Formats: sequence, structure tokens, C-alpha cells
Amino acid sequence: MELRSTNQSTFGNIDWVTVIIYTIMVFSGVVCIYTASYDFDGASIFSFDEFSGKQMLWAGLSFVLGMFLLLIDARLYETYAYPIYAGIILLLIITIFIAPDVKGSHSWLVFGPVSLQPAEFAKFATALALGKMFSTYGFSIKNNVGNLFKAMLLFMMPIVIIIMQNETGSALVYLSLFLMLYREGMSGLILFSALCAVTYFVVALKFTETMVMGIPSGEFAVFILIMVIMVGLIWVYCKQHSLARNIALGYMASGIIVFILWLFDISINGYIYFISIISLASIYCFLHMLRTHASRLITAIVFAFLSIGFLFSVNYAFQHVLQDHQRNRILITLGTIEDPQGVGYNVNQSIIAIGSGGFAGKGFLNGTQTKLKYVPEQHTDFIFCTIGEEYGFIGSTLTLLLFLILILRIITIAERQPTAFGRVYAYCVASYFIIHFVINIGMVIGICPVIGIPLPFFSYGGSSLWGFTFLLFILLRIDASRREHHSY
Amino acid sequence: MRKDYNLEKRKYIIGGFILLITIVYIIRLFSLQVADNKYKDYADSNAFLRRTQYPSRGLIYDRNDNLVVYNQPAYDVMMIPRDVHEFDTLDLCNILSITREQFDQRINEMKSRRGYSKYTPQKFVTHLSAEDYGRLQEKIYRFPGFYTQKRILRQYNYTAAANVLGNIREVSQGDIDNDNYYQSGDYCGDLGIEKSYEKYLRGIKGQEILIRDVHGRIQGRYNDGAHDIAPVSGKNLKISIDIELQKYAESLMVNKIGAVVAIEPETGEILALVSSPTYDPRLLVGRQRGKNYLALRKDKYLPLFDRALMATYPPGSTFKTSQGAILREEGIVNLATTYPCAGGFRSGGLKVGCHAHESPITLKPALRTSCNAYFCWGLKSLIDNHMTKYGSHANAFEVWKNHLVSMGFGYKLGIDMPSESRGFLPNAKYYDKIYGVGRWSANTIISIAIGQGEVLATPLQIANLSATIANRGWFITPHVVKEIQDTVISSDYTEKRYPTINSKYYEEIAEGMRMAVTGGTCRLANLESIEVCGKTGTAQNPHGRDHSAFMGFAPYHNPKIAVCVYVQNAGFGATFGVPIGSLVIEKYLTGKIAPERKHIEQRMLESNTIIYSGVKKH
Repeated sequence: MELRSTNQSTFGNIDWVTVIIYTIMVFSGVVCIYTASYDFDGASIFSFDEFSGKQMLWAGLSFVLGMFLLLIDARLYETYAYPIYAGIILLLIITIFIAPDVKGSHSWLVFGPVSLQPAEFAKFATALALGKMFSTYGFSIKNNVGNLFKAMLLFMMPIVIIIMQNETGSALVYLSLFLMLYREGMSGLILFSALCAVTYFVVALKFTETMVMGIPSGEFAVFILIMVIMVGLIWVYCKQHSLARNIALGYMASGIIVFILWLFDISINGYIYFISIISLASIYCFLHMLRTHASRLITAIVFAFLSIGFLFSVNYAFQHVLQDHQRNRILITLGTIEDPQGVGYNVNQSIIAIGSGGFAGKGFLNGTQTKLKYVPEQHTDFIFCTIGEEYGFIGSTLTLLLFLILILRIITIAERQPTAFGRVYAYCVASYFIIHFVINIGMVIGICPVIGIPLPFFSYGGSSLWGFTFLLFILLRIDASRREHHSY
Repeated sequence: MRKDYNLEKRKYIIGGFILLITIVYIIRLFSLQVADNKYKDYADSNAFLRRTQYPSRGLIYDRNDNLVVYNQPAYDVMMIPRDVHEFDTLDLCNILSITREQFDQRINEMKSRRGYSKYTPQKFVTHLSAEDYGRLQEKIYRFPGFYTQKRILRQYNYTAAANVLGNIREVSQGDIDNDNYYQSGDYCGDLGIEKSYEKYLRGIKGQEILIRDVHGRIQGRYNDGAHDIAPVSGKNLKISIDIELQKYAESLMVNKIGAVVAIEPETGEILALVSSPTYDPRLLVGRQRGKNYLALRKDKYLPLFDRALMATYPPGSTFKTSQGAILREEGIVNLATTYPCAGGFRSGGLKVGCHAHESPITLKPALRTSCNAYFCWGLKSLIDNHMTKYGSHANAFEVWKNHLVSMGFGYKLGIDMPSESRGFLPNAKYYDKIYGVGRWSANTIISIAIGQGEVLATPLQIANLSATIANRGWFITPHVVKEIQDTVISSDYTEKRYPTINSKYYEEIAEGMRMAVTGGTCRLANLESIEVCGKTGTAQNPHGRDHSAFMGFAPYHNPKIAVCVYVQNAGFGATFGVPIGSLVIEKYLTGKIAPERKHIEQRMLESNTIIYSGVKKH
């Protein structure tokens, strides 16, 4: 009787919105895989020799798995978080040695007809372990670098092992956990710096054709960005409004002088100009800091010089450290050089598939790009092409909105958790979904570089489907019992 | 641990971040899927292989239903460069009977061709022999990206009428730019009716849409061929040319430069349209076309220049028939009006010579004897002596000119061939410019009265004048196509055109022409069985010996054929123009040459006037 009443309350507290989205996504996924692997020979959707048949089986089993996960007492997840984590890490390590070589990767465990990728299951294990760590009494990463590194260590472990399995894409997924760390108190400056670094990198390498003031226009733009961000930091972060205004005016005045000199055919080298003007501004900041004891100003100064250093090292690394093919890959992704046959082929065909879908799409089974196999990996990483081609802008947008709703829903669930364990676990889940969504879709529509990670619930593959099912249903189970904690 | 509400606010930043990314992605999707249509085309060009199906070109028959031009299949080897994968080059070279070097050369030529694209079919080898085609077809699957395309070549049952028929050539980039019907490698008509009736002859291309996968394998027909278009054959033409007559006339013109035009007056249908020297149309077929075409282009006798339509000659005395008609219409002369001719026309120190005949003379005898003085006096009277009627020399001249325009001179007649010259007819302004306004009179321009001076006409225009006289006052625009399969011929070629001259005056001219044959300059055309009417022409020109011309029709009553013969630098009209013209008439009307006239035929077949043309062969 005791058990039954628990179960009833559990099912009563399930977040049905999430379950419905999950069901829609898994079902759509099977349809897409059927479409993607459909041949003009017209094999049956139910044939287990086909991708779609197999995926149906996996999908059916994942619902069973979900039910099973809901039946487990939520406290068990917390209690056994570390053992589960340890077990999975061990499995990951073993996998390196026993997994067969699949295109250089050692990440698949083969059991007869079934192959599993333990890396997919390391996601929920890592999330549980992180939750457990953060639920330790008095544990905080806010202003505590030691704790921050402890938490990072937890997800750096799987990253390192998965990279050793030669699955760099899957490993990068764990970097998304910085979002969770940010929510839990990590300084926003770290995320902001990462964002700046990416922006500098892209801008500096993308625009190298034209020269401004004797330097490539991309680098010119980065210098301007550095100046703007520096003023912004002084204004927003350091709250030194008059100082920010003075520096901004100084920048502008110097710009006008340079422009007037240019009119008289006196040109100044960009590097010399920017470095000297930013240095002058920094000295001014420093003097101001000494006078007012506004210690945060040091951040703005350090930021400016780190940015300049980063810009030069990117340049150096790109020109002298990277090899030709690596350089090409980056340039193709940035769109600086075109390569419809080589590295850029997948993305090119993928964009054609999506673009050709038009507003309303070509209709079920009518996509020629996907039917005729023009898009490689179309049932796995490039599954979104099928949606784009056959259901057009409407279908694609609905799919994106579905993911947006799911992610926002998970964030909502996270924030209503009474315990740090539940919240941290939920934010880990949200982070994973965010990075898979952003990278996969971004890659398929030609915005992000090609990093081979699946689109949750849509891409073909039992491990991926089950991995995300684990993540989501454990979350639902923890969420369902959130009121039980109050009763303690 | 208590909730940190400061940190909880960060959910908005994370949520906002993902919302922002989603919006950016949706914008990107919008630009790919809605704002830009090119991806649809890319996808289609990936998936659909549009294979053109060529219709057979219309056949050409002559007026007696003899098949003149027909089709013969030939095969081009085409390639789509981007579909070409690894293959055994040597094997392909063997099949096509080319060397490895030629293979590479062809590839390079192909790439440097204007309009080259990796994605569209490119012609690799043209006009494969049936044998090579068979061998290639067996192995074509080994050469991905290559396929054969059936084409048609034109074949000719006769060596005659090359200038009328024209030929076909591969389209140029200019053709493709001007008419989206054409694709690289297609053929279109060049010269003659192949060009002017191109739209009827070519038919409508069909298209087969095949589905092709990423490996270039054909996966079947798109929608089971629901969107395929069957080719529509070109329309057959029946030309008005009598191919036997054409052949005969061409043979008479061998070794002569000039033209023969024969028209059926009642219909305006051209029975023969000879330009000499001519060429064998078979030269411009198949792989040798380019080389032969170049040789014809370089030939100093300009065989590609259709003299019947494009050469402008002084019409000489044949023009006097039109002058007589104008003088009568304007009331300048009546049948009794006489003008003196003592060895020519003398006025104010000006002299136009003439030969011995009775004097003074009236209109019909003047036509019979081809009297220069009569027509000079006539024109002088028109321009100088009727100031009260016309007001000025210029006005009088314009009246003269307008009559001639109504007869078809000075402008293109509008034949259904690609190029035609308009000849030249001066107007008053032209003379005002040369001599000054009011500073010229009949004496200044008198030579136009006898078809010399500024006046120039094409053999077609002269033949048309003949047809007009034959019809006693009307003509139908001359044309070479009699019937188009399933199509009503343009009314331009069925409606009568009336010059501004009363029919009864033409009757008088016809009578004069009849007299020229029975007892005048055209006696050689006086056939026993047929009443021929004619007028000679001997045109002075700056290139050497006079041009020999003849204009005539027969029979006198109810005429069936009107001809113009023009032989450059062949002397008197009576020496070449009359015999050739009369032979053409006799051949057409009786089907044979009378035995007593065989010697004339023989002389014409054998004589060579090209040597007087002043054109040195090389």
C-alpha cells in the first residue's frame, strides 16, 4: 500500500508538458529517419533491417525505459550518484581498449546486433555526480575557485576519456556545463570572455581581404570591439560612468585626428595607433583607480591587454601553428573560401536540401536531396535536413520552437527544485540540450563548424535516444518528488 | 542551502541566450527557405537529369512532291563534366577512334568554349558513325558522365538549290542568348529557308526527366514520366521551286556569274532561283562542314552570296518596260506619240547613243527595238515639260519614283528568305544633295530612263516586273515556300499587290515585249510552240564587259512563267540573257528543248563568261 501511494503521487506530479514534447519528438524522429532512409525501392517502415525499423524498436523500448526510470525512488539517484558516475567512467575507460575501430573512433561497445556508445550514458552520470557535489552542505562555487575546479574536474574526466576514444564532438558537449556553473555562481566574466574570444576569432579570420590603416579589416574591427567593450566594462561592470565617458570621448577624438591626417595623406599604422591609444586609456584608468580605489577597473585593463594578446596569438597560431588542412577547415566554416566538393560538401548539400524546402516544404517522402542521398549522414547528424526539405520553413521553425519550449521548460523545472541536487542536475540536462541543439542545427544550416553531434530524439541511434531518455526521465522523477522533500 | 535569489536571475540570461539563438536560426532558415529561391534550382539540378529529346526536322519537298531534303540520324557523344568519374580513358579513345592526345585536346577545347559549365551537357565528339555508335552504346555504362545524343543531319537528294535551301549549323552562343529554345550543341538553320523557316522546321524539343542519385545512377523517371514532354516533329515544307527546272537553270549558268529567277506570275511562286556560281549543299553537312564552309567563304566568286536576291545590278533596258508604263499612266505619251532617234538622244550637248532603227518611233516599236532615245525623250518630257502639272522637276521626279516603288523597286519585296537587298531608287532629295536644290533637270539624270545611272535592282525585282506585266498589272510577293504542313501560309504571299499603273497600259507593254521576240532584240526567244514575250538588257558597268540581261514571260496570253536572267560581263542581252531565259521558259512549259534549239542549249552549257568578270580566282 505504501508503495502504491508513492507511485500515485509520483505519476500525479509528473511534468506532463515535458512528456508530451518528448513523445512528439521521438515520434517525429522515427518519421524523419524513415523518410531519410526511404528508398525508391520502397522498403517497409517496419522492417528491422532498415534504420527506421530499428529506431522504432529503440523508441518503443525508450518508453519502457522511461516508465522504469519513473518507478525508481528519486532518492536512489542522489544516493548512488557517485557509484553510477564511477561505474560509467570505468566503462568509458574500458571501452577505449575493447571497442572495435570504427573510422578511428573507439567508442562503441558491440553486443551482437546491438551497439552502444557509453559516452551517451556518461552525460546523465556526470550530471548526477555534479548534482551530488553541489548538494554537499556548504558547497558553493561563488567566490571559491577551489570548489569551481572540483566541479570542473568532474566533467573534465569524461571529456579527456572521450577525446581519447577519438570522439572530440561528443567530448565538447560537456563544455556546455559551464552554463550550469554560471547559474551556480561562476563569474559571468568567464562566459563573457569565452564569448569575446569566439567573436574575436571569427571576425579576425573572416575579414582578411581588405586592409584598413595597413592592417586587415577583420583585425581593425576587433580593435574597435576591444575599445567598445572596454568602455562598456567601465560603465556597466565598474560603474565609473564619467571615466567611461571620458575614455570614449578620447577614443573618438583620436579617431577624428587619424581621419583628418588621412585626408592629408598621412597614414598611421593601425597596430601602432590602436596599441598606443588603448595603452593611454589603460594608464588613465590605472591613475583613476589609484585615486578612487575602484578596484574593479583592473578588470577592464586586464581585459583590454588579454584581448590584444589573444588577437595576436590567434593570428600567430593560425599562420604558423595550424596545418594547411586545419586552416582550410576553419576558413571553409567561416565562409572565407568555398569548397563545394571537399570539406564543405556536406554542409553545402545540407543547405541546398533545407533551402529547397521553401516555405511549406516538398511534402512527406518528396524530398529529392534526402531521397537520393545527396546529404551524407542524413539519418544521423544531418537529420534536420529532412525536416527542412519536406516540411519547409514551417516545419523547421516548429521544430526549433519545440526545442526552445523544451529547454525553457527544463529551466523552469530546474528553478522549482527545492534542492541543489535537483537544480544542478536539471541545469546539466538543460545545458546538454542547449549545446546539442545549438551546434547540430547551427552546423546543418551552415552557421557553426561541422561538429558531429546528434540532434536529440531525432537523429538515428539507440544510444543517443536512450541517453537523452535517461537524462529527461530521471529529471522528471526527481521533479515529481520535489514535494516529498518539503515533507521532511 | 538557501536559495540565492541573485543567482536565480541568471536563468533569464541563460533563457535569453537560447531564445536569441533560436531567433537567429529562424532568421537564417527564413533567408534560406523563403527569401532565396536558388536552392530549389540547385536541388533540382542535383536530382533531375533533363534529357532533351530532339524532334525530327521538317522535310522539304519541291512543287512536284519530289523529296529534296531529308534527315539522317547521327550521334554526338556528350558529357556532363561534373558527373565524370574515373574511367578507362584508353578504352574510350579506342571506341571513338581518337588518340589520347586528341582526347586531351578535345577536353581542353571544350573547357575554353564560351558558355562552358561543369553542370551542363557538353559536346565531346560530333557525328559518330553508326558503327562507332553501336560499339560505344554497349560500353557506355563504363564511362560515367558520358552519354550519346541523337542528332539529325540533313541529306539532299539533289545537288541543286543550295542557295534556296540553306543548311543547318550548330548554334552559336549568340543564338543561345537570343532564343532560349536553344542549348549548346543544338542545330539551327543557316541561310535559305532553313533559316527563314527555322521555327517551323525545328519542331518542339521534348524532355525526359530522370531521377538521378548522388552516385549519378538513374533511379527512374520522375513521377513515372508525368512531366515528360514528347517532342513534336518539325513541319514539312513544300517549296514552290521546280527542282528539275532549278537544276537545269543552274546547269545553264555554269561558269557564269549571275542569276536566274523564274516566277509563276499567277501565284508569285518562285519556280527557280539560281545564283551562280553555286555549290553542292552536301558540302555543308556533318563533320566536314566547318572546313568546307570556310572554303566557300573564302571563294572569290562568293558562292554563298545569293545574287538572285542580294546582288544589285543596273537593270539596263529591261527597265524600259516600266518606263513605258509610267509614261502612259502619266499621259506623257499616247500610242501615236513619236520621238526622234537619229543614232541616239541629243539634248543640250548630252548624247545617249542608240543603234540603227526607224525614226521617229512610237512606244511599242521602241520596246521592240529597245530604243534609248524614245525613253530618254519620254523622261525628259515628264520631268521638264510638265511644270504646270507637277510644279517642279523634283515633284515630277517623285511621281516617277513612286510609280516604281509601287512596282516593287527601291524596297525589299519581302520574299520569305533570310536576306534580300532593296536595290536602289534615287529620290528627289538624293539629287538635291548631289546637284543642289533646283539645279538638276531631266538631262542631268537622263540615264535612269534606260536603267542605267543610279538605279539598281535585284534580279528578283526584275523578274517581279516581268510577272507584273505578265499579269497585266498586279503581282503577288514572290516566295519560295508553297505549303507548310498543317499551317496556312501567310497572307503576305497570297494577296495581290497593284502597282499604280492602269492594267491596260501593261497590255501595251506586253505587246511591245511580244514584238521584241517576234521581230526585235529577243528573236532568239521566238519559240515555235509558245508565244514568248521578252525584253533584253545590256547594262554598262564599271567592272568590264556589259552585263547581259533578259526579262520575259510566256505564253503571251495567260502566262505561266516569268523570268529574269542576269549574266555579269557577258555582253549583249541577246547573247546570253535571251538564250538562257528562253531555254528556261521552253524547258518549263514543254518539258524539253526542241531539237532545232539544241545547239543554243549546247552553247549555253559550254560557254564560260566568268573569265570576263575581272575576278581573278587566286
